[in-house]
Amino acid sequence: MGINRRDFVKLAGLSALFGLGGKAGWELLAPGQVEAQIKAQGKPLTAKRWAMVVDMRKLDDATAARCIEACHKIHNVPDYTKPVNPKDALTPEQIVRWEVKWIWTDHFHNAFPGFDQPYMQERLEHLNFLCLCNHCENPPCVRVCPTKATFRRDDGIVMMDMHRCIGCRFCMAGCPFGARSFNWRDPRPFIKEEYPDYPTREPGMVEKCDFCVKLLAKGQLPACVTESKGALIFGDLADAKSGPREALKAHYTIRRKPHLGTNPQVYYIV
Amino acid sequence: MLETAFTGSKRYYRLLAVLLFFMAVGAVVYLRQLSFGLGITGMGRDVSWGFYIAQFTYLVGVAASGVMVVLPYYLHDYKAFGRITVLGEFLAVAAVTMCLLFIIVDLGRPDRLLNVIFYPTPNSILFWDMIVLNGYLLLNIVIGWTVLEAERNQVKYPKWVKPLILISIPWAPSIHTVTAFLYAGLPGRGYWLTAIMAPRFLSSAFAAGPALLILLALIVRKFTKFDPGREQIQTLAKIVTYAIIINVFFFFCEIFTVFYSQIPDHMLHFQYLFQGLQGKGQLVPWMWFAIVGMTVAAILMVFPKIRQNENTLALVCGLIIVTTYIDKGLGLISGGFIPNPTEKVVEYWPTLPEALITLGVWATGFFILTILYKVAVSVKEEVKA
Repeated sequence: MGINRRDFVKLAGLSALFGLGGKAGWELLAPGQVEAQIKAQGKPLTAKRWAMVVDMRKLDDATAARCIEACHKIHNVPDYTKPVNPKDALTPEQIVRWEVKWIWTDHFHNAFPGFDQPYMQERLEHLNFLCLCNHCENPPCVRVCPTKATFRRDDGIVMMDMHRCIGCRFCMAGCPFGARSFNWRDPRPFIKEEYPDYPTREPGMVEKCDFCVKLLAKGQLPACVTESKGALIFGDLADAKSGPREALKAHYTIRRKPHLGTNPQVYYIV
Repeated sequence: MLETAFTGSKRYYRLLAVLLFFMAVGAVVYLRQLSFGLGITGMGRDVSWGFYIAQFTYLVGVAASGVMVVLPYYLHDYKAFGRITVLGEFLAVAAVTMCLLFIIVDLGRPDRLLNVIFYPTPNSILFWDMIVLNGYLLLNIVIGWTVLEAERNQVKYPKWVKPLILISIPWAPSIHTVTAFLYAGLPGRGYWLTAIMAPRFLSSAFAAGPALLILLALIVRKFTKFDPGREQIQTLAKIVTYAIIINVFFFFCEIFTVFYSQIPDHMLHFQYLFQGLQGKGQLVPWMWFAIVGMTVAAILMVFPKIRQNENTLALVCGLIIVTTYIDKGLGLISGGFIPNPTEKVVEYWPTLPEALITLGVWATGFFILTILYKVAVSVKEEVKA
């Protein structure tokens, strides 16, 4: 048996690469991929404090649906009502339990419990409010996370490191807005068309809206904002001339559960 | 000393075999959970903690209650408890082990468990819970084992154990306090957002834990040559009596604040548990049974005749264990998550796989308990002989 140490290490390294990474292990070394990913892109959008104003006067149901669709598409959020393979169809009860949502609509009394009253403007009764993570200034989800997998960036975006999350779901108990979703099962059989620029998930970790940090880094607005035809105003709260600041100056706005002290950064013009 | 665990009666081995069987079943179902995900449980986006975390919470209480035999013996020099401190400590070891296992089976990614240590996060209560639970486990193993070994050699336990014992006394309530803080500091969960949660946890723990210890002592007396002692059991019964009365009192303190203030965020959860909400209320009979049963048990325990008769005492202790278990095991977690933050009612009930995994963890705990009690009882019998 003539195998020297050098050959042995090479062989062991290659088998480890194959064993651990399988096909993906080879692809990692394939030329062109990594270079393609760091090619020049637009100037990143930056802010001291990102915030959003939802103008409910401009947001009709069709627009809201488009915002949701755009968001869920580019983040590979599964639609458990629509399995790719019909044999994977779920029961209605499983669909409710396992639902993953980054942005959704809710009635006034669900989005703003305590604000509703027996007699109110008729329009409010039927309005579907667009809800998403509030990117709180003082986020309880960040406070409770035992691994810092959920963290708040300096620009105010509250986001997840899905590779660090241990799946304890403390953040889901902590969030007073129901903005967090857990992967109770493998979501991949329910993603119709995989979007290549965002990872799909495995079972066992939490996820949520991240104000499209990947788009901001490329100089683009969040997907929902782009789809909203002006109903969603996104910008820097620290900048007195930004869209959100102009909107807040001109209109009376409300926020979800402000009394809890989390300081939500999504405002609603009713 | 461990060798005494390997020589026992047929009945002892049969018990171990039964427990091993349930452990194996639980392990197999857990493998399924690992591959599919936590979706095999009844949990979901609205009730995102369930049976596992409920067992964990209940068992932290059982573990903490070990202090109820340790404290009188070491701080008040109440000699009678010298015979049974080791039973309390070994019960704590088994209970904390179950707690840790329940946390692990509840994790979505248990393979990343050590991230809690790699990225220590002092602002998370879970981080502190990890520290106090592991510390308590270690303290009780070391103390229980060393003191028992000294007893076997018929010498006084070594000096270095005493400081550990003294530390373990405040450590016990700390584990249940920290566990209560997991819940009691969350802004959007009205059912849990109460300063009396930690005191309530402690009172129910100090009722349920010693009640369980009484039953275990009666079992030990029946099946071995070691008698934990009538006086010991009676003193434990008095502790249970005070604790269960305080627990019922705390419950009504809670009810008063919630219903006299009439603040919906807090009231809705109690309404779901005791009346049903939006037409849903599967826990209503359970909760009424728990609170009525607990109150009745508290009243019964006051009567010396009932307490002094070991048969009726065992029955009432059983009632206390069951009712506090329903209160903490079923009501606490579901009640906190229902209604959800958008005031919708999505109910929760554990699934069969979830129940089997739960049973597997309990079997593991009782396996450890059986072995530790076997060692303790063998030593006691040996010393007596």
